[in-house]
Formats: sequence, structure tokens, C-alpha cells
Amino acid sequence: MSKLCIVFDRLRSEEKMLQKEASDLGCDTSMLDAKITQINTDSKKDDYDLGDVVLERCVSYFRGLHFTASLEFMDVPTINSYDVANICGNKMIMTLRLKKHNIPSPKTYFSFSSESSLENLEKVGYPLVIKPIIGSWGRGVMPLKDKDTAEAVMEIRDINDGPHDRIYYLQELIHRPPRDIRIITVGDEPIAAMYRKSANGFKTNIALGADPEICEITKEMEDIAVKASKAMGGGILGIDMMEDEKKGLVVHEVNNTVEFKGLARVAKRNIPKAMVEYALSCIRK
Amino acid sequence: MNCPECDATLNIPDDASVGEIVSCPDCGADFEIASKDGSNVVLKQAESVGEDWGE
Repeated sequence: MSKLCIVFDRLRSEEKMLQKEASDLGCDTSMLDAKITQINTDSKKDDYDLGDVVLERCVSYFRGLHFTASLEFMDVPTINSYDVANICGNKMIMTLRLKKHNIPSPKTYFSFSSESSLENLEKVGYPLVIKPIIGSWGRGVMPLKDKDTAEAVMEIRDINDGPHDRIYYLQELIHRPPRDIRIITVGDEPIAAMYRKSANGFKTNIALGADPEICEITKEMEDIAVKASKAMGGGILGIDMMEDEKKGLVVHEVNNTVEFKGLARVAKRNIPKAMVEYALSCIRK
Repeated sequence: MNCPECDATLNIPDDASVGEIVSCPDCGADFEIASKDGSNVVLKQAESVGEDWGE
């Protein structure tokens, strides 16, 4: 019998749903807490209860990324792969990948010092949206509407001085309805989608209280989602699109450890079941 | 069992699993279930939200 391992660092309802679906499919499942797992350069797959395939579900991006590197070192098939997690976890790398693959996406500007980013803003014009290259749930995403706001934000960045704060990611403000679209892809196949309506302001993150509503996947959405998934390297992804008034659909983000609690309640497809079935299909024969 | 922070009563569901988070209804502190053997539950301080948390 095939065995699935779910690696976590905080057991959320998503991980419990995955565990239940695996069990319902007759699949033996182990749950491994990355926080209390120790690995060394002599570690072997059989030293741990890793089963035949791992679903990496850590809420901490860096923990999940580095844990995945350890799993791949031990030749354990892991979803998502290190390469996919590495690309999707960094907005700049992800955006460059989208553009390289001709996937419609908002125009984005990169600078590598606060002075240069302020120059970039003056040159391009306000407003632009600043986003941290690492991070989720809309944290640190702010529209810069004028010079005073921009200077204040850059000063805070300089004071904080985290290594990733030195990379300045500025994106055009998309004129769109007050919502975006989240499409979950599993093995390059879109399986469910929702509109996320902003609760307050321009952010549409469910974590901030945005209202989810089921979205029928059009042919255009499907085509773009499939292209975006393939561009990242496949796996299980959350692809976010906006409806630009002039350009049509643009992909602004591809998420690596996708959250699906809200969408699972209303989607026609059984999302965790599709994820488990996909994971089992990735077991090396 | 009682909240290690404020001593309020914590209701831990029977089907709660190791790794799940329990929040104190009185003080709001979050605790992670470190181990569970029947009704014998051991809690530890839950991690606070990190800069790299999310999808």
C-alpha cells in the first residue's frame, strides 16, 4: 500500500482535510512536525516515517523550503519541489518567470536601494504598489500614492534593514473590480477557483477577511493558469489573477503552499482529495 | 485543563491532534498541543506569526 507523509509546522484544518482524504482513499498516512525533526548529512529516508511521497505543508516558507531540500537530499519525492517553492516564494523571481514565459502580468519595477526605488517612482509616476519579495497574506503590500508616503515607507525599510528589504518590488496599480481570482492547480490542471472580494481597501487576501465566492473557470482562465503552473514547474499551486480593465486577465502571484479551507467548502471538486491523488501519482515506480 | 498564562479553563476537543493550536478564550494566548495521550495533554507556547508565514 502507498504511504503519504504530510510535513507540517502548524496543524491547520487543511492538513487535517488532507489526512482524512488520504485515509478515505485507503492510503496509509504519517504526519511529521518539521519543528521537532532533526536531519543530518548522513540521514537516510528510512530513518524517518516519510512514506513514498511527501506533501510539504509548512506555514513558514523558509522552514518548508529548507525542509524540502533535506527531503530531496534523501531522494524523497516532495510536493512541491524545492525549485518550485524557491521560485514561488520570492515575488521577484516568480514575476520574472511569469514574464519570461509570456504570461500576462502587471508591469513590475525592481530597484536595489531605497534611493534608486524613489528615483524609479519619480520616473514612472505614482501610484505604484510596493510589495515585500518574501511574505504572504498581504503583509507589507501598500499603494504608494505620493512622494511623502513613498519616502516614509522607504525610511521604514531602511530602519528595518532585513536582507530582503534591500530588494524593492514596485508594481503598477491594476484598475480592476474590487476582487481578484484564485485558481488552484493540481498537476497543471485547474481544479477550483474563487473570487476574493476585498473586505476593506484594495487587498483581497482571505487572511484579511476578503469574501470568497465561487468562480466558474473560463477557457481563458484555464489557459493562463495552466501556462503559469507549467512556468513555475508544476505541482500544487494557487494562481492569483486580476481583471485589468484594459489588458484583461493578469497573473500577479503564484503561491506555493496553497491554503484552501474556504474554497473547499464551496468548490464542486474535492480539493484535498485531488491533492492527495496527485501526490500518490508522483510516487516513483 | 487551565491556561498556563491566565489560569482560565481551556476546552480541548477530544479529537484535537498534536500540532494543533488551542487559544485561551480569556487572555487570547495561543498554545500548541505538544503531546496527547487520552485526556493527558501537554501544551507548549505556540510560535508567533513570522515574516515568512503564509502561502
